[in-house]
Amino acid sequence: MNEVTHTSPKTGDHEPIVRLDKVNKHFGKLHVMQDIDLEVAPGEVVVIVGASGSGKSTLIRCVNGLEEFQGGRIVVDGNELLPNGKSGKTLQTIRTEVGMVFQQFNLFPHLSVLDNVTLAPMKVRNWPRDKALDTAHKLLARVGIEDQAEKYPSQLSGGQQQRVALARALAMEPRLMLFDEPTSALDPEMIGEVLDAMRELANDGMTMMIVTHEMGFAREVADRVIFVHGGRIVEQGPPHEVFDHPRHERTQSFLSRVLKH
Amino acid sequence: MDVTFQFDWQAAIDSIPYLLEGIPWTLLISFGGLAIGFIIGIVFGLLRISPIAILRWPAIAYIEVFRGTPVLVQVLFIFYGLPQIIGGPINALTAGIAAIALNAGAYISEIVRGGVQSIEKGQREAGLSLGLSRTQAFRYIIWPQAFRRMIPALGNQGIVSIKDTSLFSVIGVGELVRQGQIYIATTFTALEVYFMVAMMYLAITLSLSFALRQIERRGLVGQ
Ligand SMILES: Nc1ncnc2c1ncn2[C@@H]1O[C@H](COP(=O)(O)OP(=O)(O)OP(=O)(O)O)[C@@H](O)[C@H]1O
Ligand SMILES: [Mg+2]
Repeated sequence: MNEVTHTSPKTGDHEPIVRLDKVNKHFGKLHVMQDIDLEVAPGEVVVIVGASGSGKSTLIRCVNGLEEFQGGRIVVDGNELLPNGKSGKTLQTIRTEVGMVFQQFNLFPHLSVLDNVTLAPMKVRNWPRDKALDTAHKLLARVGIEDQAEKYPSQLSGGQQQRVALARALAMEPRLMLFDEPTSALDPEMIGEVLDAMRELANDGMTMMIVTHEMGFAREVADRVIFVHGGRIVEQGPPHEVFDHPRHERTQSFLSRVLKH
Repeated sequence: MDVTFQFDWQAAIDSIPYLLEGIPWTLLISFGGLAIGFIIGIVFGLLRISPIAILRWPAIAYIEVFRGTPVLVQVLFIFYGLPQIIGGPINALTAGIAAIALNAGAYISEIVRGGVQSIEKGQREAGLSLGLSRTQAFRYIIWPQAFRRMIPALGNQGIVSIKDTSLFSVIGVGELVRQGQIYIATTFTALEVYFMVAMMYLAITLSLSFALRQIERRGLVGQ
């Protein structure tokens, strides 16, 4: 995937799963998203990088409506999100199809690992308990923590908690996964296990939008790297282009800072 | 040391059967009022944090009025004042339960507000991102956690309200203090009887504390 896919809608397979058209967002006076255009193809892994405060989280949080935007269009899997929180029921439809993993895991502390994973499939998809449990056990095995199913989140390490969070999101069988710095809150020795689970997911063909500072992981897994600065997409392309031959001076100075150590 | 008084244990024991008759009334007013107050507290606590101003301000007004005035004045107002408005008498028991419900309801609203607001924003976001509706996110994720955090404060409020019912002797409900006063009027054993009355309040509040500690302990699993 060397070029940004700008395929027209209605061409079947190539229809983007996410499309942002001239999206603008303000926090008061702060213009955090400025005419953002972005398309993500099915199966594509997009890694978003940029300095702190550049608007990376805001960008992916707009995709599942955790943030409102003020102008432009966002279409996710054929469902259009409207500006200023006017999406109504569509919002829930989109969230059902889009999973998210947060920096702070956000597991539900009052529920066991198993209940964390089965809650949404049972309440949103109305799956019977047996089916939800079955899926949960398979997913927990897939992320390597099936033996922790009966525990509570506080009894797990950070790396294990984040893998539960991944299993919880995958239990809804999402079409798209969003990751907002999934390893930034982890002790260094636990980062690997979470990245491994994500790498496996990417290899299985999941469409992913990932905000991360793990440049090695981005280089290896991303189909496309997007560099964001001051609420704009400054540069994008395959990882070897963006990382090895950044065209924009902002990208160069950002990379020289983060790749130094 | 000069012993200037004599504590008459027999008089204290003799008063027990009479005082016990007040306990059902004390419990009925306390727990009846608290049960209604809890429902009021949930409703107004949630209205209090509503993003919609026309829902929020009546809740603020209610909370401020009933927290900012004495419960004794509230019960006098309900028992003696309200009949002039509605044109008929109000039964003392009803007035007592209503006063506890409205007064505790105001405090419990604030407890509910604090409990719900103490749950990290990420919990709600995680729920919504899984496709849960706002109502489902509240019911399955926010409320269970908030409720656990509210238990100690609710226990406190329970104890305060139980003790507040002692003021309602003024409207003539035959609760503990009232029973004690009537008994003392014929026996003149104020020291012994008020001591026993105090012990009975203590027995009720300690039982409540104990019960809540059990609930809390069980509720702490998984935190
Ligand atoms: N709720 C909010 N209210 C006001 N300003 C906000 C809010 N959320 C984010 N911002 C501001 O918007 C800008 C973009 O924030 P965002 O969280 O998207 O940045 P980021 O690229 O994810 O940064 P980081 O790497 O620190 O997570 C920042 O300047 C931030 O201070
Ligand atoms: Mg961020």
